[in-house]
Formats: sequence, structure tokens, C-alpha cells
Amino acid sequence: MAATFPETTRYRTGEHVALFLPCYCDVLFPQVGQALVALFSRLGVPLDYPMEQTCCGQPAFNAGRWDEAAKLAARFAQVFAQWKWIVVPSGSCGAMARRFYPYMDASSAGALVGNRVYDLATFLTGVLGQTDVGARFPGRVTYHDGCHGRRELGASGAAIALLKAVRDLEYAELPRIDECCGFGGTFAVKYPELSVSMGDAKADAIEQTGAQVVTSGDSSCLLHLEGLMRKQRPKVSVRFKHLAEILAST
Amino acid sequence: MSDNFDARAVARAFQKPAAPAVLTSTLQRSVQAAHGARQDIEWEALRSAAHDIKAYTMENLDRLLVQFEAAFQERGGSVLWAPTAADAITHLLDVCRKHGASTVVKGKSMVSEELAVNEHLSTAGIAAVETDLGEYIVQLAGQRPSHIVGPALHLSRQDVGRIFQKELGIAYTDDPEKLMTAARLRLRERYLQAQVGITGVNFAVAETGTIAVIENEGNGGLSASVPPVHVFLMGIEKIIPKMADLPVFLQVLARSATGQKIEVYTHHFLGAEPGKTVYCIIVDANRSKLLADSKTRQSLYCIRCGACLNVCPVYRRAGGFAYGGAYAGPIGAVITPQLTGEAAAELPFVSTLCGACQDECPVKIDLPHQLAYMRHKAVEGGRAGGDMTARGIAMWARAMLDLASYRRSVTWLRRAAALGRRVGWYPEVLGAWARSRALPMPARVSFKEWWERRS
Repeated sequence: MAATFPETTRYRTGEHVALFLPCYCDVLFPQVGQALVALFSRLGVPLDYPMEQTCCGQPAFNAGRWDEAAKLAARFAQVFAQWKWIVVPSGSCGAMARRFYPYMDASSAGALVGNRVYDLATFLTGVLGQTDVGARFPGRVTYHDGCHGRRELGASGAAIALLKAVRDLEYAELPRIDECCGFGGTFAVKYPELSVSMGDAKADAIEQTGAQVVTSGDSSCLLHLEGLMRKQRPKVSVRFKHLAEILAST
Repeated sequence: MSDNFDARAVARAFQKPAAPAVLTSTLQRSVQAAHGARQDIEWEALRSAAHDIKAYTMENLDRLLVQFEAAFQERGGSVLWAPTAADAITHLLDVCRKHGASTVVKGKSMVSEELAVNEHLSTAGIAAVETDLGEYIVQLAGQRPSHIVGPALHLSRQDVGRIFQKELGIAYTDDPEKLMTAARLRLRERYLQAQVGITGVNFAVAETGTIAVIENEGNGGLSASVPPVHVFLMGIEKIIPKMADLPVFLQVLARSATGQKIEVYTHHFLGAEPGKTVYCIIVDANRSKLLADSKTRQSLYCIRCGACLNVCPVYRRAGGFAYGGAYAGPIGAVITPQLTGEAAAELPFVSTLCGACQDECPVKIDLPHQLAYMRHKAVEGGRAGGDMTARGIAMWARAMLDLASYRRSVTWLRRAAALGRRVGWYPEVLGAWARSRALPMPARVSFKEWWERRS
């Protein structure tokens, strides 16, 4: 049974935070986890990484396989049971734990522990109360607002505030920032025409900003956009970095 | 279980490859208009109120429907209950026969589209004439409406010119004024010929038996008042409790539907005046199933404004015909499988669950959650989940249940990726990615491996 904690949302210095790293980051973008480790070290916040973690179960949930998703939710609750604070560098995995674990079963251990999960931007600004995390990242940067982070977790304001506080960073707002990039998990391979068309619209907007770097709270969106631009617009010179990488940068 | 969502439907119609781009820019303007029209009211408070009124209504629908019936009948109208779609058609045909109808004029009614009213009337030898201009145009063209509010949205004025030339025998013109006048003249005759007028219902007030019909063109008013018999056709979910609730909906409907602060006509019908016969056919047709399930209940709050269609990136690209039913867009993807069961199980999967629809919805329906839920129902009912991608997901989910199998999967993935890269081939599911996007490669050292090494 997951440990319960007294009702409080205030972070106390020295409390341990668990890193919940999306499975695809473990395999494809380990630098996102590494950036978080560096960032939290600089901020003096003890960050643990429960090795037993695997996947939050969102692919199963999105595919309608709720039995399997529920099993992964239960496992998640066990793995993260002892931590009061859980930070995840992903709006969509964060939404899975915070919103969809309770949606599937409001009285489950997954729902209880899911409630302690924060996306990175909300954790830094809302829990730690910091907008300036001492980062420096020179360059013109635009931010892609992942849909789950934006709509399920309300994290946009926090992410943009964090970026604007980064030294030497020139923030360029993405036109039509509220539009989905078209990744959507398996949607990207099941309906590739729609997915690519939506990505193209984002790529147009990115080019309009003249940004050298595109960042986001979700590597899944960046994966899709980077893949698209590398293949279809190889002459456009733009790098893709997760928000954690920018904030870890000095 | 076939993947037959035709993402190219709108481009295929009339061989117009540019159609998605045109639709997108048209709908972007609609959304901007809707946002602009909200600036003078407390939008968030009003949509929360609208949501709450509908929530209360659904919790008390049985009592409110009975209250409505009593009030409506007290003022001289007759209520006919239709538990199924077939019952609704039977009632309609009975009314038409009783009053010797050979021609029926129709105000805009989505439920009539859902029930295929026109086809049934036609089979019975009764001509049903659509009087809403957009509906009239698609009827002449032999098409279905492609958008809840703008049925002919997929047609240009040149298309309409060609349709009118062919079907009405007038000289070709693409001048909107001339086209509208041609339609208006012909429809005038039809109102006068018709024995029965059928209209939809925007809101049915339980307290007083008032029916509110909201429109811009005036055809609803004429369909209701010119013929001697008027039939309202409504789903059970159109009820609102009191007259005092109506202004909340009037404030949000037009703003979301057309970007107007108020539509040109807001008719309040109160029973039947002397010499007039008025019926109200109240249709269930599986709506009570939606009511019974708390996870689908909110889809009954829909006030048919079309805003979710306007903002949906999938609808903008695929157009209304791709959804294969009366209702398109996010609400269609949710209620078509809910109302029709077997069919349309695929629709909820054709979405990234971005949630833009819920953001736009004037009654705050939890559309993205319902899409996720309907996916679950489809898999549970064996109507989805048999395809390669779904089975891949199932395998992955099982592998995630312990760390050892996770690690084995990662090893397998790395080997497969390396092999794929060497031979330049990937299974079709990755091909769907790789044709237009560069494939990511697994990192040489995973995060777990990095963490273990430093500890």
C-alpha cells in the first residue's frame, strides 16, 4: 500500500524528489534525464531515481487497453510509493499519472501516487517557487507547448516564464502555439498523412520565428518535429532541445 | 476494425486537393470570430454555468421530460415519445398521413439527419424539402451536410453555381446574392405547398413547455408557421429546466457557432395557437444509454454549436464526410460510436487527444477524455485492437511489468534498430513514420545504464 503523507503542498528544503523519466527518454533521450540531474544538483534539491520504474502506461491507455494501463498504474504506485514529490520531464506522462490514473479509477493507488506527480515546469515554479534557475543559454529559442502539458496540467505559463528568465536567451513566441504538433503517439504511424500535415504546419510556424532552437516540455513532440524537419527541410538549421536541457545549461 | 477513416475525403470531393487548406483557413477565421465575440461577457463563468445546468438536467432528466410534456400539452401541443429511431419515423409518417402531407418543409435539424428522415419520407412518397440554405444546397447536390452549422462548408460559390444550374435550371452564376435569391424564390413556393413543417429544437424548457429555435435565415420560423401542421423533432437531451436557464445558453451558443453575439431570430414557441396543430416527437434512440454511463453522460450536454469541429486539426484536414455519420468532428467521433454501437469504432482513434475541442466547447464537455474512453469501449467490445500497432502496444505494456523484461525489450529494440539501419528496411508500422520523418536511434547508453555507472 502506498505511504500517505499529511496534507501539505509546501516543499521543505532537503526533501527528496523522485525522477520519473519517460521510458522513451531512457532509451532515446537519456540527455534529458542527465540534464535534470545536473539542474537539481545545482538547485540543491536531492533527486533520486527509482531504478525499478519502467513505463507510466500511457501508450496502453491511449490504445484503449485499460486493463494493461491499470496494471502499470499499480506498478507505478509501488515503485514511487515512498516519495512525496515526483517530477517528470513530460507533460503527457505527467498528465497520465495526474489525470488519467484517477480517470480510470479514482480510488486506486495509482490515483493517490499520481497526484504527487509534477511536470518539470510546474515543479520548479509552483513547488520550488523558482522562475530563475540560474541558467544561461544564448540564442533565439522558441517553445512548443505540448497539448497534455498545456491543457491537462496548465503548464504553459510556467514553462515560458522559466525560459524568459534564462540569461542571454531570446524568447520568440511560436505563432499558433495552441495547435497540436500531430504526434499523438500511435496516431503518428496510424494516420501518417494527418500527422505529417499537422507537423508541417508547426514546422512553418517554427521557420517563421527564425529560432535557432526549438524547445518543449515533451520530447515526444520534439521527436516528431525534428524527424519531420530533418527529412523534409534539411536546409533549415534548427536544433531541438528539451526544456530540461536548456534550464540545466550554464 | 478496418482503418477506413478517409483522411482524404474532403480533397476527393470534387477533386479538390486544395480543399483542406481552404477549410483550415475558413475554420481558423471562425474560431477567431468566436473568440472575438466573447470579449464582452464573462465567458468562463457562463460556460461553467451552462455545463452545470446541463449536469443538473441529466441528473433529473426523467422528471424534467415529464414536466415538459405536461406543460407542452397544456398549451395545446401533443407529445409523441420515440424510444427508438424507428418509433420516431413511425410517428412522423403517421402525422404526415393523418394530415395528408405530400410535401414537407424542414428547418435545420441534426437529429433528422441522424434518423435519415428525408429518405424515409421519400420512400413513403413524401417530398421533404430542406429550407436552410446550406442544407438545401447539399440536398440538391445529393450530399450529406459536412458541418453541423455550415452544411455546405465544403462547397465554393462556384460549386453552388454549378449545382443550381444543373438542379434548378438557372443560368450559371457564382454571385452569392443571385444564388440566394434563386433559392429564396423556390423555397417560398415550397413553404406554401407544404402541409407539414418539421423543425429541430435548440432548447426545450421543462418549466413552461417553451421551445426555443435559434436561427439566422428565418427558414425555421417559416417552416414552423406557414404549413398548418408543425412537428418539432428533438432528442431527450435538449431539455433545460427553467426559462431562467435559457439566457445562459443563448449567450454562449451564437458566439460559439457563428461568432455572433446573438443570432438573427430567437423563436420562443409556446404550444399551439388556435387552428394550428403542433406535435413534439421526443427521441431517445440510445441517448439513455449515454445517460446511464457517467463517462459518456457529458456528451448529452452538446448544444450542436460546431465549435469543436472548427478547431479540430483532424476535422480541418479531413472534412466532415470522413466521419461517415450525421455528426462530424470531435463530438461526432464520440457520439456516433456511442449512439450506433457497432459502427464507427475507429472514429475515437483518429485523434491526438490534443483537447482543443474541450477548450472551445461552450458547455465544457470532456471530449478528449470521452475519446479515450470510447477507445477503451471499442477494445473491450472487440471492435478495435486487432491491428499491428495495437498488438505492438500490448506487447510493450506486458514487457513493462518488470525491470528485467524492460531491459530485454530495450536490448531487442537496439538490435532491431541497428539491423534496420544496416539493411535499410523497417516493418510497415515504422515505414509509416520513416517515409516522411527521420527515425530516431536508441542512445548508445540509456539513462538507466548511465545512472547505474555513476552510482
